[in-house]
Amino acid sequence: MSSNVDVANHSYLGAPYGLKSWLFTKDHKRIAILYLISVTIFFVIGGLFAAGIRAELLTPEGDLWSSDTYNKLFTMHGVVMVFFFLVPSIPATLGNFLMPIMIGAKDLAFPRINLLSWYVYIVGALITLSVVFMGGLDTGWTFYTPYSSISSHTAVSLAAIGVFITGFSSILTGLNFIVTVHRMRAPGMTWFRLPLFVWSNYATSLVMVLGTPVVAITLLLVFAERTLHLGIFDPAVGGDPVLFQHLFWFYSHPAVYIMVLPGMGVISELVAAISRKSVFGYAFVAFSSMAIAVLGFLVWGHHLFVSSQSIYAGMVFSVLSMLVAIPSAVKVFNWTATMYKGAVSWDSTTYWVVGFIGLFTIGGLTGLFLATMGMDIHLTDTYFVIAHFHYIMVGGTLMAYLGGLHFWWPKMTGRMFNDNLAKTSAVLVFIGFNLTFFPQFVLGYLGMPRRYHAYPPEFQVLNVLSTAGATVLGLGYALPAFYLIYSLFKGAKAPANPWGATGLEWEIPSPPPTLNFEQDPVVTEPAYHYQPTREVHVG
Amino acid sequence: MSSAHPITPVRVYLAVFVALLVGTALTVFAASIDMGAMNTPVALGIAVAKASIVAIYFMGLRYTTPLTKVVAVAGLFWLFIMFGLSMSDYLTRSWMGVPGR
Amino acid sequence: MANAHEHALAGGHAVVPAADDHHNPNLQHHFYSMEQQFEAATLGMWVFLVTEIMFFGGMFTAYLVYRTMYPESWVAGSHELNVPLGGINTGVLICSSFTMVMAVRCAQLGEKAKQIGYILATMVFGVAFLGIKAYEYAEKFHHHLVPGPHFNPALPRSEQIFFALYFMLTGVHAAHMIVGLGIMTTILVMTLRNRFSPDYYTPVEIAGLYWHFVDIVWIFLFPLLYLIGYHVGA
Repeated sequence: MSSNVDVANHSYLGAPYGLKSWLFTKDHKRIAILYLISVTIFFVIGGLFAAGIRAELLTPEGDLWSSDTYNKLFTMHGVVMVFFFLVPSIPATLGNFLMPIMIGAKDLAFPRINLLSWYVYIVGALITLSVVFMGGLDTGWTFYTPYSSISSHTAVSLAAIGVFITGFSSILTGLNFIVTVHRMRAPGMTWFRLPLFVWSNYATSLVMVLGTPVVAITLLLVFAERTLHLGIFDPAVGGDPVLFQHLFWFYSHPAVYIMVLPGMGVISELVAAISRKSVFGYAFVAFSSMAIAVLGFLVWGHHLFVSSQSIYAGMVFSVLSMLVAIPSAVKVFNWTATMYKGAVSWDSTTYWVVGFIGLFTIGGLTGLFLATMGMDIHLTDTYFVIAHFHYIMVGGTLMAYLGGLHFWWPKMTGRMFNDNLAKTSAVLVFIGFNLTFFPQFVLGYLGMPRRYHAYPPEFQVLNVLSTAGATVLGLGYALPAFYLIYSLFKGAKAPANPWGATGLEWEIPSPPPTLNFEQDPVVTEPAYHYQPTREVHVG
Repeated sequence: MSSAHPITPVRVYLAVFVALLVGTALTVFAASIDMGAMNTPVALGIAVAKASIVAIYFMGLRYTTPLTKVVAVAGLFWLFIMFGLSMSDYLTRSWMGVPGR
Repeated sequence: MANAHEHALAGGHAVVPAADDHHNPNLQHHFYSMEQQFEAATLGMWVFLVTEIMFFGGMFTAYLVYRTMYPESWVAGSHELNVPLGGINTGVLICSSFTMVMAVRCAQLGEKAKQIGYILATMVFGVAFLGIKAYEYAEKFHHHLVPGPHFNPALPRSEQIFFALYFMLTGVHAAHMIVGLGIMTTILVMTLRNRFSPDYYTPVEIAGLYWHFVDIVWIFLFPLLYLIGYHVGA
């Protein structure tokens, strides 16, 4: 341990270099990089499944894949994207990297548990992915009973165990973040000086900790149903399949907020940096994250409007669902108010931010359509739903993820990327995304159901548009892979604070030293203190 | 260490131990009497009392920070959200008078 | 107001690092003080226990739903369970919780020999609980009360759901007991290697939290599974 002093002043990317030093690291920054590489791989895999779906839907006939294969494609697309990309994406990469630094800590509270969470994630992910070679999975990512528990002849048990295991990685990350924010803040880092990214990841962690165990036990019950024939969800012995939906959505609706809340945190940071202003209504934005986390647990029944749930429960869930619009709108209004009369610089960061705000707003507003029971009866299980949640989860979360990855890339790697290519990528993603998913709102409204590999010929024009858009979208996603990797080798060395942003992470070198801070930081000012201070400094 | 719990006298732990055993006997005894609809609430009341003294004394909840107490209560609160909103479905299904459920 | 918040919630950073803490070999590099480290560990364990509440909570929700739907099957099902054995097992777990809390107390006082004795006693009670549980399971197998194709055809079908939940709830609880025994073994080995002192006994403390939690789950399982129809008579 005598070498600690030397190591402290070296970049976390530096010696030791070996693979072993990475696989057994307890440094939150290195674990973030491990997660970054893994979720990127799973994003590509999930994207390939999506490409299979879009290729099939180019023509009305089911000519490319059999319906069974198609079922497996959309199931694996959903499972991989939700559980192995979107849920860990921002918290486990940017969150892992930035949370300790932002609050002035040397590491998360439990570094070993942090590494364990990555291994648990990898084991769960590999088990789930192995399903592809074991006959696939055709239940849809929602594992609805009794199809999943009785009828399906695919590898449901294996997939359920894989997702069950991965759930614990999410729980461990959430637990670590909660304890870290409560117990590891630097002197002077009060709750209302926390960057909003920390607030939103804290709210996310609450959802992870309170919701994930429920989906874990639910999938365990499905596993037990299949292997031991218990009958808990089997109508033949008096079981209620809808109970599965209650338990599943108790987690899986809040899981939408696990995916989007960290994205909102990223945007809050970015919007202040591009506007060179403090975030308008800081406390409201902070509390809206908490409100979304809490309200998110009260609305799951809107997934059950047509599942023989009591309509009286449906009414309650419908009203509660609409309440989520309030904190979400607070965020959107406050971001735009922050940009208003801000010194907005039109570099690539701004493109991602504006793209996010636009797409998230469309996704959020269409959510209100679906929360309305009468409307939902018409739209349920159509492409309208598909379009809605892709606007939130892809238009929102993925846009924020890429924006955040670009914004903090110089900090994480110590290299600058090509800003013009980043702008191109942001524009391609925005155009490609809208071209892919906006037609799906129309398709859904016209009545095209989800999860079919064939459709009536009159829907072809919109489907061709959608597939064309997906191609553009794919290009937009592939482009950063090239210029970001190129930057690692040929990019200019990044200064400590290339964007002139506030926050503790910009006060330390890029890339940060292993122990983050050479001296324990003391915080004396609020977050986003962009206005130049004119006071005379005494002493 | 200053931050840890103060040392609790053995007699406190013994008293809790005896109370838990008595509670167990009491819950079996109460279950043997026909109280109609009250059997389950009484059984749950005794269980809550037993669980509470385990948490407060054995798990040291009384010496922990306010934050830890909030965490413990939050767990129960979310459990009741799950119970309550699930039952809002099951308890109102028959209101429509639709045959079946 | 801000100060009040700070004092109520900040815990960690309000602490001025004690000078001698830096020489404590048990202080990990990223904490300021032993106190901060202890508070982080216990808070972490309590947050984990909340996830455990929700984990069991999913099954308790199923229990609540089906007990409301099929009250008669629940009464009939509870008649098949062995109340004396369930009651004895409750007592056994309470004894184990008492020995556990005494083990933590000995760790606080640095009484190593007594601490080892109490941990061993806790493990003996834990094994006794699992033994009695295994006997009960064998009884159920014998009486064809295990859900599935071999379930006793003479019984109402919804009674199968009672037994499905009985086996899932007690099975997951027993799995937690087995994990608990593993944790106790670890604590025992660490104690034998003189890893603990009155300055540092955090692992014993949080292992105790886990053990007591598993006890609390059983305190609810016993009346909710065994005693439902006790007053009616079989």
